[in-house]
Amino acid sequence: MINIFEVNETNKMIEQENLDVRTITMGISLLDCIDSDLDKVNHNIYEKITTLAKDLVSTGDKISMEYGIPIVNKRISVTPIALIGGAACKTSEDFVTIARTLDKAAKTVGVNFIGGYSALVSKGMTPAEELLIRSIPQALAVTERVCSSVNVGSTKTGINMDAVKLMGEIVLATAEASKEQDSLGCAKLVVFCNAPDDNPFMAGAFHGVTEADCIINVGVSGPGVVKTALQKVRGADFETLCEMIKRTAFKVTRVGQLVAQEASKRLGVPFGIVDLSLAPTPAIGDSVAEILEEIGLERVGAPGTTAALALLNDQVKKGGVMASTAVGGLSGAFIPVSEDQGMIDAVNLGALTLEKLEAMTCVCSVGLDMIAIPGDTKASTIAGIIADESAIGMINQKTTAVRLIPVIGKGVGETVEFGGLLGYAPIMPVNAFSCERFVERGGRIPAPIHSFKN
Amino acid sequence: MKKTIITVVGNDTVGIIAKVCAYLADNNVNILDISQTIVQGYFNMMMVADTSGCGKDNGTLSKELAALGDEIGVVIRCQHEDIFNKMHRI
Repeated sequence: MINIFEVNETNKMIEQENLDVRTITMGISLLDCIDSDLDKVNHNIYEKITTLAKDLVSTGDKISMEYGIPIVNKRISVTPIALIGGAACKTSEDFVTIARTLDKAAKTVGVNFIGGYSALVSKGMTPAEELLIRSIPQALAVTERVCSSVNVGSTKTGINMDAVKLMGEIVLATAEASKEQDSLGCAKLVVFCNAPDDNPFMAGAFHGVTEADCIINVGVSGPGVVKTALQKVRGADFETLCEMIKRTAFKVTRVGQLVAQEASKRLGVPFGIVDLSLAPTPAIGDSVAEILEEIGLERVGAPGTTAALALLNDQVKKGGVMASTAVGGLSGAFIPVSEDQGMIDAVNLGALTLEKLEAMTCVCSVGLDMIAIPGDTKASTIAGIIADESAIGMINQKTTAVRLIPVIGKGVGETVEFGGLLGYAPIMPVNAFSCERFVERGGRIPAPIHSFKN
Repeated sequence: MKKTIITVVGNDTVGIIAKVCAYLADNNVNILDISQTIVQGYFNMMMVADTSGCGKDNGTLSKELAALGDEIGVVIRCQHEDIFNKMHRI
């Protein structure tokens, strides 16, 4: 039988080290909502979401209460809307009506975000996909809970540079459209390479077309738990360090697996995956940066950071994989700047730069995430950053993403406040040399040779 | 059988166990095992209980026990045993 020390260990993780289930995300396919009549599409979408997800929030709260584990967010991801609205939407404004419907449905069922206002254009763009992408700035400005993502490249297809160029402009336009709120719209927009179909984490969650009609995906978290565990092996060799991370990741993931199975059973919806991510929050002690510092860095960004992050990411996966029946999503360590106090401190001290963050994205699970840059950054420069990040993902056969926030009206040295889980961020300098001629070429960067496996 | 783990943590004082047990008896909760220790000066108790005879659901039990804890000046948690089994047993 379970003993008092084990019970205390678990409860200490929850109470003092911020162990929580970060999100239960219900993936809903909207493929059967397609119609050539726009009103009908909107009606179908609203009905389907509010029917399938009506008990999502209350079930999550109940599980949380019974097991004594916080379940921070309940969310929904849907099929990329470019596919759903393609037959009905003739203009960008038509697509915005669907964004409003998603927002309304999210509010009705009580979830705090709904993801899937998305287009998958890694090889080419259909007219509908281009219309959706062009509608993103307005869609994110007029809605509160809708999240958008665009996949612009993959290892199999290469990088769609026309889409990359367009997304540079769209990120900037989204910032402009929400400038009254410090360009908050950009916090809800992710540009991907190799986007996963089953990611439960916002803002990049969408329900891929390869998925079932409705599934439950769960994202776990617990940077504070890993950090506290590592304090016990300070000064020990790397084998000992790695063993400790694995064991801790195993325990954290088991909680995610339990919650996922329970939610799946109670909602009568199949279980999809557990996403084994270390997702930080602005709370003190809930930081991935602090884990890296505990591993032995004075500050994140110091030489050794990339190696430390690489081993952390790998051990989290090794420990987590054994704890769950199915893993997926992004799985690994997240390194958002504004959502992690240790990252913010490192930027303020000059220890962490955009270039070092880019190097770190080669070995972690996501990409350049929640980074505030000056509002006068050129669209072509943003496109250049997206291209760099996509190239890292394409060549390394991994997911990479870009969530940059050009804060209109603000420059380097100033701070931007997003509030809540999104945190705050110092505005970071961007290399001022131009890549305009590179971005202007247009077309596609071909897939790498190692993708040619058939 | 639905097993529930009840933990009580806080400053030691007279009658903690008595009050918690009285509440559980009133609600027809059967105590299967009790262990107690002092950790860093704090009273620390764990009970394994069978709540299948209790008319209240786990949520209500949790809330009422937490309120009782506030009265005595300790923290009382009431959790399904599976969260511990999952984490500590393969």
